Order: sequence, then structure tokens, then C-alpha cells
Amino acid sequence: MSEAQNTILDIRNLDISFKTNAGVIHAIRGANIDLCKGETIAVVGESGSGKSVTMKAVMGLLDSNATVNSGEIIYNYVDASGKKQSVDLLKMPKKQLRQQINGQRIAMVFQDPMTSLDPTMTIGKQIMEGMFLHKNMSKEAARARAIELLELVGIPEAEKRFKNYPHQLSGGMRQRVVIAIALSADPDILICDEPTTALDVTIQARILELIMDIQKKMGLSVIYITHDLGVVAKVADYVLVMYAGKVVEIGNVNDIFYDPRHPYTWGLLSAMPDLDTDDDRLYSIPGSPPNLLHEPKGDAFAARNPFAMVIDEKAEPPMFEISRTHRAATWLLHPDAPKIEMPPELKARIKRAQKEAEKYL
Amino acid sequence: MAKEKLQPQAAAAAAYVPVPGDFELLDRQDLRIDTNFASQSYWKGVFTHFFKNRRAVIGLVIISVIILLAAFGPVMNSFGYRDIVQYRNEKNKRVVAKGIPPQVPALHRLLTGQELEGNFSDYTFLFGTDDLGRDLWTRTWYGARVSLLIAFVTIIIDMIIGMSYGLISGYFGGRVDNIMQRFVEIANSVPRLVIVSVLAIFMPKGMGLVIVALLLTEWIGMSKIARAEMLKIKEQEYVLASRTLGAQNIHIIFREILPNTIGPIITQVMFSIPTAIFTEAFLSFVGVGIVLPQCSVGTLIEDGFNNITTLPYQILPPILVLALLMLGFNFIGDGLREALAPKLEDM
Amino acid sequence: MTKYILKRIGMALLTLLIITFLLFLLVRIMPGNPFPSERMSADQIANKRAEMGLDDPIHIQFFRYLGGVLQGDFGKGTSLYNGAPIKTVLSTAISNSFRIGGMAILLGTFVGLVLGITAALHKGKFLDGFCTVFSILGVCVPSYVFLIFLQYTFSFRIPFFPYFFDPTRFAFSAVIPSVSLSLFTMSTIARFTRNEMVEVFDSDYVRLAEAKGMYGRELVTKHVLRNALIPIVTVLAPLVVDLLTGALVVEKIYGINGIGKLMVDAIAGEGIDYNYVLALGILYSALYIGIMLVVDLLYGVLDPRIRVTAKVREA
Repeated sequence: MSEAQNTILDIRNLDISFKTNAGVIHAIRGANIDLCKGETIAVVGESGSGKSVTMKAVMGLLDSNATVNSGEIIYNYVDASGKKQSVDLLKMPKKQLRQQINGQRIAMVFQDPMTSLDPTMTIGKQIMEGMFLHKNMSKEAARARAIELLELVGIPEAEKRFKNYPHQLSGGMRQRVVIAIALSADPDILICDEPTTALDVTIQARILELIMDIQKKMGLSVIYITHDLGVVAKVADYVLVMYAGKVVEIGNVNDIFYDPRHPYTWGLLSAMPDLDTDDDRLYSIPGSPPNLLHEPKGDAFAARNPFAMVIDEKAEPPMFEISRTHRAATWLLHPDAPKIEMPPELKARIKRAQKEAEKYL
Repeated sequence: MAKEKLQPQAAAAAAYVPVPGDFELLDRQDLRIDTNFASQSYWKGVFTHFFKNRRAVIGLVIISVIILLAAFGPVMNSFGYRDIVQYRNEKNKRVVAKGIPPQVPALHRLLTGQELEGNFSDYTFLFGTDDLGRDLWTRTWYGARVSLLIAFVTIIIDMIIGMSYGLISGYFGGRVDNIMQRFVEIANSVPRLVIVSVLAIFMPKGMGLVIVALLLTEWIGMSKIARAEMLKIKEQEYVLASRTLGAQNIHIIFREILPNTIGPIITQVMFSIPTAIFTEAFLSFVGVGIVLPQCSVGTLIEDGFNNITTLPYQILPPILVLALLMLGFNFIGDGLREALAPKLEDM
Repeated sequence: MTKYILKRIGMALLTLLIITFLLFLLVRIMPGNPFPSERMSADQIANKRAEMGLDDPIHIQFFRYLGGVLQGDFGKGTSLYNGAPIKTVLSTAISNSFRIGGMAILLGTFVGLVLGITAALHKGKFLDGFCTVFSILGVCVPSYVFLIFLQYTFSFRIPFFPYFFDPTRFAFSAVIPSVSLSLFTMSTIARFTRNEMVEVFDSDYVRLAEAKGMYGRELVTKHVLRNALIPIVTVLAPLVVDLLTGALVVEKIYGINGIGKLMVDAIAGEGIDYNYVLALGILYSALYIGIMLVVDLLYGVLDPRIRVTAKVREA
């Protein structure tokens, strides 16, 4: 298992609940995710599926009303002396987590660049903070490095911008600054929480390219959290589909886009707007994500699944292996289940997309 | 990329052994009905949230109790608020119940087994009497009526003047808004006290002066809130829709937009009531508010203060009533604000 | 920036001028006349009026008055202090009110900040609850009630502090009024600071700072406090005005010859002293507008968003 040593982040059976006024919300119900060095994974799902909470748990940024019921988040790294280390981030005290992991090992880019920068501090200072915290840099060195980073993330006139306050920059520019902050202490892992949702479509593509570019240059491992399958197709090696606090389908990009198996993934793909579809009705998945105040019995997706079976209301489906890279948690994959095909519209669409893709090969 | 990507799934889920019939399709027709959120109406949510808030409920109870006591307290005994409790003794000499501390003969008998002493040993004075011999229980609740009346007036001022001003200014925008806002700026630059002092020149002291003073100052805060809400809402599609359909401005403002701004507006009302009650108490204390022999919480505190060295108990009831009124309205305001904008845990 | 400041100052002066004129107009057209007419014949009154310039057109009278005010001359009182010049009476009153009010502001702001920050840092725990109860109490009970309580306890029952204000022992006798005046400021600041800090703690930029690896004291001082304290300047302003101009009732009860007591005497006594009402009205408005202006400009200096917008507007 030489690959196993390559795993840099390994989330196992994560189970988190929140105490709220309305009651206890069981937000994460046994999520398993792992990430290898240098690769990019994308976690997709509707809002409330638990994708952000999972990543906040990695960063130790869970709100104070959250309880981790079980699970572990193993982070493997090589320390300064070249020795391999392996730690459970969930067991680490907050202070140690901040000193040793946050920023310098695992960094995060947040969703809304308009609110993620401190309005009262120049962007230059905000970028240098990470260096002072983790690298013990001199002021001059940090300044030089910060300007370098600003140039790296594509901010023109970096010297001048260094002294700017966040509100003097546009949304796209601010997101670049947030990325520069994330990179300031040379992390191994970059978590991007919907890095482009708050931005214009034209800027979105540029930011994604920027992240991919930097990833190559710096050898980062990247986790995207998104509900935008367009982003996923563009950047990810692996895709994890989350639903109601669980991973329901995992596969590489080809598996998920050309051979999806979970009816929820079908729904997600059908809901993607597509210029070529003749059918002008935009598909949406019926209903809304389950209210995790009242935990669903059986398959959490059953209530919205047009192909729900009797068993879905009795027991949660296990992960069924489809291929070496592809798994999904739905009873439809059980040998005894009726052979349900994906909806014909989706099938036609995938065919078209495949043809399209072949043209460019 | 050739590598095991997957973790073995938790054993518990796999343990279920399917039985025949499990793999029948349910083929339900009701999929499109969203049962998660469909049943929760907005106001019902606000309502439940409010009543789950301990402080808000305490506030509501306090205010309700004060309203009940203000309504029925003065008629619970036979003393009028300006009546001096007295009787004529055998020698046909007047005996006045001056400065009697709180006393309940029945309770005294129960606790000590002895009768009360003094000329009024068989009278019940829950809060005692003042230096002139008036029953403080009656006067306190009579004074509370004044405070509640002020609260009511404030609601009217806020809701009619302040709200309309803000809504109209925000709705029309442009020059109308500009002029109206300049006026607010100037009105806001005059300290309340200056307005009161000028009023004192033109008006006789009393309730009227207090109300006019509130009328001139209370609406400003509310107009700001209402304008801000209006600016937020007027750009929304449904407003545009009804404008396109040819609705009148007045109709749009008061029938379409008002109902959607009512939450923050009610909250603001709850917060401006304490200020108004404070203002009345202070004006009456200073001597430009309620005039004798009427009484309000403010004049009662003043009376209490004047007699504090001889009859220290006298000042307590009005202070308690004032503080509880403040507390109650503040709690209700806080509760409403939280109920209207609950902080959802983002997931 | 300079242009912005000048514009704000100009606006403030204009507002003050409008208010002064309105006050002047209202006080001059009031019913009744400024002389005890029973003792004067119609001729005498007419002479006196002409002598005082009361027959001139109102705007001429106004500018004459304004000219006096700018030199600190507010005329004489009609009934208070036997017609002593208002300037002399007012300067003592201002000095008393400002000193006591200033002490109250310093005390209230300092303790309020400490309480608010403590509560925010211990959100949801005992200390938070304690500070909340304290600040609710301070907002729900008027300062003069605290004064009565303190006066009764520490001057009457335990005769330690003077029962009434004694200008010869200023610092000592200012303790009770300053403390009772500070309580409202204290609770308001404590409550506001706590809520602001809790909000900032929840903000995305604090999340980002944490993701950078910042924690504890450094996080609080570098990111939370700065952002939470800027808006406090705005709540502080009206509190400062209230305190500097003397909380009327407190001064009245404790016998402090301050602006507040003067105002009460001018409006609540037997006869109303119009000239004092006018002079005090102008003073109050000037202070109010002046402090609002200072806060506005201060806010601009503290908050880069405004500072830079002003710069841009200027360009």
C-alpha cells in the first residue's frame, strides 16, 4: 500500500452535531474523505449537506455549539527534521492547532471575499501576519514576500496595492488577496470553500485558473467545497458527493460526470443548466434537504428519490463498489434491486458531452 | 492515480440483510410536496421563537402584571389617589394617617400573634401612606397609569408620524428624500431638553407638555428605521410588479411594503417606549410634567425623595414600578429583535 | 480630506445658526413681556423697550444678540440671580458640570469597556450573565435614583460624603454625583461593546485570521477590538453630551450649581427666565452639534473606509 503513505489528510467517520435553540442538529453523520499529496478533490452538495462543516472541523473553526461525537481527522506531514508525522487534528488543543497547523500546514480560502478581509487593516499587513506568526520573518523580508505573493495572485501594481484597504479593491481582487493570505506561510493543503460563488462569472474562471496554476507551482493539495458542478469538472481529480452529512458517491471526474450512479448525483447533474438541451424546463431535485433536527430513518435521500424502494425507508444503504475508483451509497446498486437507468434526458446529455469532449482529444 | 480511494464503510449500515419485497419501487406521487419547510409560516416562526426566549416571556409577564395592577390596583381599596386617609375620633378631632409604613394587619397577626398598634391598626396599607396621609398603593398604580398612557402615546407617535415620514422619504427618494432628510438632520441636532424648555415657555405645565415634547422628538428615531427598511425593500421585484400593474404610490407604501417592514418597526417601538417613560418621569420630577394633585411615577419619586430622611419606604414602590417597566419593555424589545432575525447556524 | 472636514464644519455652523435663530424667534415672540409691568407705566415700558432695542426689526435684534453671544455676552437674566450677567453665572455652571460630567464619562467608559470586553470573552458563561444583568440594571434605573440611593446610604445613614455638593471640597463631594451619573454610560457602553465584540468574533475576517493561525490575545487585540471599538464612538457621543451638559435632576438633587440645575431653575420655577432659556438652549445645541461633529471626524480618522472615501470624494 504505497499509496496509503501518500495520503496527506484522512477524515474518518466524522460525526458532528450542533446544539441550537430548536434542538440538536446532527449535521455530519459519518463522513469519510481522504486526500493525497498534490491532488485536487471537490466536495459537492446542496447547502446544508455538511460540506463546509466538515472543512471547518479540519481547520478547528467549528462554532462553539458544535460537538464532535466521533471520528478522526488524520494529518500526515514531514516535520522540519524530515521525519514523518501523523496527528489527529480533532484531538489537538486549539492553541497548538493554530500554532502548528493553521496557516502554515493547512490554509483556507473563504466564500465571500467582501467580508473575509479585516476592513481596518491594510491588505499588506494582513498578508504579512501569517509570515510573522509562522516564519519569524523580518519586516523587510515579509514585505518583499508579500509583494511577491500579490504579484503571484495577479494583482497589478502590487507595491501600491500593498498599502490599500480591502474596500478599495473589487471582489475579484479581494479574493486574490485572500488567496495570497492563504499562501503566505507555504501550506501543504489549501481548502477553498466556494471560492468563486460570490464573484462574477468572468472572474470565476480566472480565479480557478489561478488556484490551479499556484497548485502546480507549489505542489499543493487542494480541497474544493462547492455546489457548482462546472467548477468541479474544471479542477477536480476526484469528486465526493455529500448529502445530509454523508458522502453518497465518490469517483473521479469521469465516473461522476459520465457514469453517475446515485439518484442524487443524477439530480445534481440534471439540474446543471445546459445550452444544448432541447427541453427548456430546468430540472430541479424535488423537495429540500432533510431537516437534520429529525434524523431520517433509512436512506436520507429516500423522501426525494423518485426511485425510492421499500428498503430505503428501512435501512441506510452501504457503499457499493462500482469500480476501483468509483463507489456509491444507494440500494439501487444492490444485486437484488431492479435495474434502474438514469433519466433519459440526462443520458442524452452525457452522450452529447462525451462527444464534445472527444472532439478536443 | 491507481490507488485505493475509498474507506471501508461503517459496518453498522452494511449489517442490514435485505428481505424479499425490499426492492419494490415505492413510486410515490407526492415527491414535489416539500414537507420540510412548507408548514412553517414566517409569523408562526417568530411567535414560537419569541415564546421560547425566557427573557422575552418574563418581560411580557412583567408588563401584563403592571397593566393589570394599573387598571385594578387603584380600585382594590376604598382610597382615592388624592384622598387623605382620616377619621374623626371621639373628641371629634381629625386623625390623619400620615406617614404610616406598609402594614397588613392580618399578616401581622398571623406572624406575631399580636395586634398592630396605632390609630390605623385595622387599615391595610400595602405600600404605606405618604406624609400627607394618602395611600401609596393607590397612588403608585395611578402613577403607573400615566406611564402606560405615555407608552401608548409613544406607540401612536412612532407608528403614525415616524413611520409614515420614514416610509415616504425612503419611497420617493431623490429630492423629496433629500429635503426630508435635511429636516431630520436639523430636528435631530436640537437637544430634547431645549425643545422642552422652549415648550415650557408656551405651554402650561402638565401632561399636555409632556405629550407635545414627545411628539416633537420621538418620531425621529423611528423615521430613520422606517426609511432604512423602505430602501431595502423598495427595490424588490414584487414592488416593481405592483408598480407596473399601475398601483398608486400610497397603496404600494402602506399595503405592499408596510407589512414587510413591520417587524423592525415594532421592535423600534418597544425600545422607544422606555425612553419616553424615562422622559416623562424626569420631566415630572423636575416639575414641568404632571402637576399636583395628580401623580406619576416621576412625581412619586420626587415626593419620596423629599421625605427620604423621615419616610424612606415611600420612594421604593415608584422606583420599582419604573425599573420594572423599563426592564419589561427592554426584554420584549430584545426578544422581538432576536425572534425576527434568528441567527441560524450555518452549515 | 481637508475639504471634507471644512464642509462638515460649515454644515454644523449653519445648523447651529438656524437653531439659534429659531430659538431667538420663539423666545422673543413668547406671550407676556419681559418686565414686571404692574410697577411700570406704559410710557416707562415704551422707553425701556426702545432703550433695549426691542422695537427694532427682529433680524436686527437677532444680529445684535448674535454679536453679543460671540463675545460671550448673553445679556442678563430676567428673574434668576437678581439680574446678574448670564456670562458669570454660566461660566461657573459650565465649569462645575463639565468637571463632574467629565469624571462620570471617564469612569463610565473605562469600567463599561472592561465589563463589555470581559463579557464578550466569556460569552455564555457566568461573567457574561453577570455583566448583562449589571448593564440591564444600569439602563433600567435613572441616574437620579442611584444618586438618591447613594446619598441616603453614604451621606445620611453613614455620614461619610457631604449630603449636598460643597464647592470648597470639590473632588470629595463630586464622588457621589459622578458615580451615579456614570452608571448609565457604563451599562450602555458595556452592553454595546459586548454585542459588537460578539458580532466581530462571528465575522468572516476573524475566521480568516484564525485560519491564518492567530489565536488568543493577539487575535483579540489585532482584529477584534479595533473593529468592535470604532462604532462605540458613535454611542459615546450622545452620552457625553448628556453628561457634560449636566444631568438635570442629579444636579438639582445634589445641589450642584451646574448647567442642568440652571435649566431646571429657568423653566420650572415660578416665573420662566426667558434669557436663560435662550442662552442655555444655544449652549446645549452648540455642545450637541459640536460633539457630533467631533465624533464624525474622529470616526473618519479611525475607520479607513470613511477616511479613504473622503479622500476619493476630494479627488
